[in-house]
Amino acid sequence: MSAVIDSHHDDHHHGPAKGLSRWLYTTNHKDIGSMYLWFSLVMLFIGGAMAMVIRAELFEPGSQIVSPEFYNQMVTNHGLIMVFGVIMPAFVGFANWMIPMQIGAPDMALPRLNNLSFWILPVAFGILLSTFFMEGGAPNFGWTFYAPLSTEYAPPTVTFFIFSVHIMGASSIMGSINIITTILNMRAPGMTLMKMPLFVWSWFITAYLLIAVMPVLAGAVTMMLMDIHAGTSFFKAGGGGDPVLFQHIFWFFGHPEVYIMILPAFGIVSHIIETFSRKPIFGYSSMVYAIASIALLSFVVWAHHMFTVGMPIAGELFFMYSTMLIAIPTGVKVFNWLSTMFKGSLTFETPMLFAIAFVALFTIGGLSGIMLAIAPADFQYHDTYFVVAHFHYVLVPGALFSLLAAAYYWIPKWTGKMYDETLGKVHFWMSFISVNLTFFPMHFVGLAGMPRRIPDYAMQFADWNMMVSVGAFLFGISQLLFLFIVLKCIYNGKAATTEVWEGAKDKGFEWTVDSPAPYHTFSSPPSMESLKSSS
Amino acid sequence: MSSDSSYYVPASSRMPIFMAFGLLLFVLGASFTMNNWGEEDSNAHWLLIASFAVIWGTMFFWFGSVIKENDSGMYSGQLNQSFVWGMAWFIFSEVMFFFAFFLALGYVRLFAVPWLGGEGEKAITNILWPGFEAAWPLLVTPDNEQFPGAHHSMSIPAVSKLHTWLPFWNTLCLITSSGTIALAEAGLRKGNRTAFKLWMVATLTLGYVFVFLQGLEYYEAYTHMGLTLGAGIYGTTFFLLTGFHGFHVCLGAIILTIMTIRGFGGAFSDHDHFGLAAGSWYWHFVDVVWILLVLVVYIF
Ligand code: HEM
Ligand SMILES: [Cu+2]
Repeated sequence: MSAVIDSHHDDHHHGPAKGLSRWLYTTNHKDIGSMYLWFSLVMLFIGGAMAMVIRAELFEPGSQIVSPEFYNQMVTNHGLIMVFGVIMPAFVGFANWMIPMQIGAPDMALPRLNNLSFWILPVAFGILLSTFFMEGGAPNFGWTFYAPLSTEYAPPTVTFFIFSVHIMGASSIMGSINIITTILNMRAPGMTLMKMPLFVWSWFITAYLLIAVMPVLAGAVTMMLMDIHAGTSFFKAGGGGDPVLFQHIFWFFGHPEVYIMILPAFGIVSHIIETFSRKPIFGYSSMVYAIASIALLSFVVWAHHMFTVGMPIAGELFFMYSTMLIAIPTGVKVFNWLSTMFKGSLTFETPMLFAIAFVALFTIGGLSGIMLAIAPADFQYHDTYFVVAHFHYVLVPGALFSLLAAAYYWIPKWTGKMYDETLGKVHFWMSFISVNLTFFPMHFVGLAGMPRRIPDYAMQFADWNMMVSVGAFLFGISQLLFLFIVLKCIYNGKAATTEVWEGAKDKGFEWTVDSPAPYHTFSSPPSMESLKSSS
Repeated sequence: MSSDSSYYVPASSRMPIFMAFGLLLFVLGASFTMNNWGEEDSNAHWLLIASFAVIWGTMFFWFGSVIKENDSGMYSGQLNQSFVWGMAWFIFSEVMFFFAFFLALGYVRLFAVPWLGGEGEKAITNILWPGFEAAWPLLVTPDNEQFPGAHHSMSIPAVSKLHTWLPFWNTLCLITSSGTIALAEAGLRKGNRTAFKLWMVATLTLGYVFVFLQGLEYYEAYTHMGLTLGAGIYGTTFFLLTGFHGFHVCLGAIILTIMTIRGFGGAFSDHDHFGLAAGSWYWHFVDVVWILLVLVVYIF
């Protein structure tokens, strides 16, 4: 079948529409991808500013600059924004840009839905941020919003928070439906599942996780809403409910959620490492199976966040062992990345530097995860800065570094221009040093017993905390440099070639089209042969 | 996988941004309405009403343009396949939404309530409300002053009284309607439009009867049984599970009503009727949820 009627859609043949309406009405995966990416960059700076407030408060012991109430609002919104407003939308942005190009599709499967998925995100975060100016202040119950802190003891703005989570969830679900449909239905002829690029694979599984768990989160906030406004007793023991039920539902969503934030990073890093090692990825199929088994296991480990809450001993043991199992497929991935680099002809452009740092530092986060998974040990570590160190190692030099790596890796393809390599390397080294300065000492103060989510601390933690704060300010400044590099690339970069990277040859359809990639990449499906003949 | 030689991509569209605007109005309207509940001078409900107008209006034009594009032959088989996948994954997300509520019910019945009654290794939990006895349906709550339990439960009565039990008739209605809609589709596929229309009307009637009976049941619960949202965890789970299910039945009924009206207007052909098919999958999904719900809410 070839029923294609483009003739009365003239923006099809020409470039994009002009002005604001291009962005409001667009159905183009590249436009929408760019909007997602810019949105998450803006949110990174908003959430980052909150982190700076937190670290300024913790620079020295004692109450320094903000009230404890405001401190709680900062911690809560920093977490919410970084998770739902930065990492997730940024990965969706990359999915939008790259998946159609990597599988040889003209666009996403459901382009209008795609536009809607994006535009409700600013709605959700606009509402969330507006709560700062409302009576009672912004949400202050932590990004995990445990009941009854988030129900009986919550500020009235919790209602706005609940609906904004609903909207974020709707955005993620629609985005994921679109991505999974695109992957299932829009691949170029000959691209079987086991020939898909790993970024596509990682998103395929991520989208599945999102569709499975975002509705559970929606259920959780709906129960909160009912408990607050309709007198139900889901989380009230007096009526026969249980506050612990909230934690079970939240973490049933929450643990798959942390993998949602890392699986696409696995895909990205695999591409970058194979390109700059000038070798095909080592153990492609084991990579796919590893992602799939991590995703499946992630459904049965949630209560490792609740070891100290009170569970039957059988539960403690089950969740301890199932959590440790995840280390196996994760180890397979690390092994494969190292093997890909082994005896490769390596070069260290900025994307590769970030990717190698990812492998090293993400592994540190994985190892502290194993320590936390030991239930009896977690009784000591839980709710200390050790947990903060753990998840920041997997999320900042993990997820965020992969995003930065991906931006450097693909930006020449998007803009047709090269970024400034020297500045890129400066950005990398500044980020690398400051990220470790910030998060490594958190392990020490955490093991020594410093609790998280508290605006003050005992004198004995003062030295390390000052160091952490200095690192954090440095890291913040480094990301301003990133913004500068991106703008400089867009306005002032040198022209990029079609292949961009020497090692990118035959590494995917995206390297066979012009730089910048045309507004509509493919008007008819490319063949897998075109990939082979270029090598 | 694609075997097409070229692609269709829709032009840019105003519909999504209108929808986003409608959702913005909805969130503001709903939040302010709830937070200002009971205050005389609150106008927030107007915002809520306006949001419904925007959302439904946008849906009307959005679906309208999709239908028009399809009728003018712009859609390839591949695009139709995308709609099929899209709908299937959407239903999966709905399944997971219900899963959260079933999970809550299961946790409460298996763990929370027995623990409150002092069961298990954590027997100290009975200290909070000494003398509280675990039972299901939970008619006497731990804090029975704040959460006065219901006088009666909705559970299944003796077989001889089955005919007085509304859920029995509800179950009959929904299961039958899953059959009638299958017959309607079969009629359409064979080109028998009379059968198609007839069975659609039958399906709708059954659906509306279900909604009516469910409303009656809620009325009974509130007026005669003391079973309310505030009646502790039994009332909570009962109303939320049946309520969200009922809400989905309403949505399904609206979809099918529209499909029926379109069918009477001559829409759909024997091989091209995705709108109807999607509506019918949704209906089957609602049916399956109901069967699970009858089992764990009413019977066991
Ligand atoms: C081998 C892999 C991993 C293991 C064994 C593991 C284990 C754990 C455990 C046991 C906790 C609970 C600690 C406590 O609260 O006492 C935890 C917390 C956390 N983990 Fe991991 N983890 C792993 C990987 C990841 C990844 C890949 C991410 C995200 C990209 C992540 C994000 C988080 C977050 C955000 C928290 C803290 C949540 C909170 O309480 O606010 N983890 N992890
Ligand atoms: Cu976890």
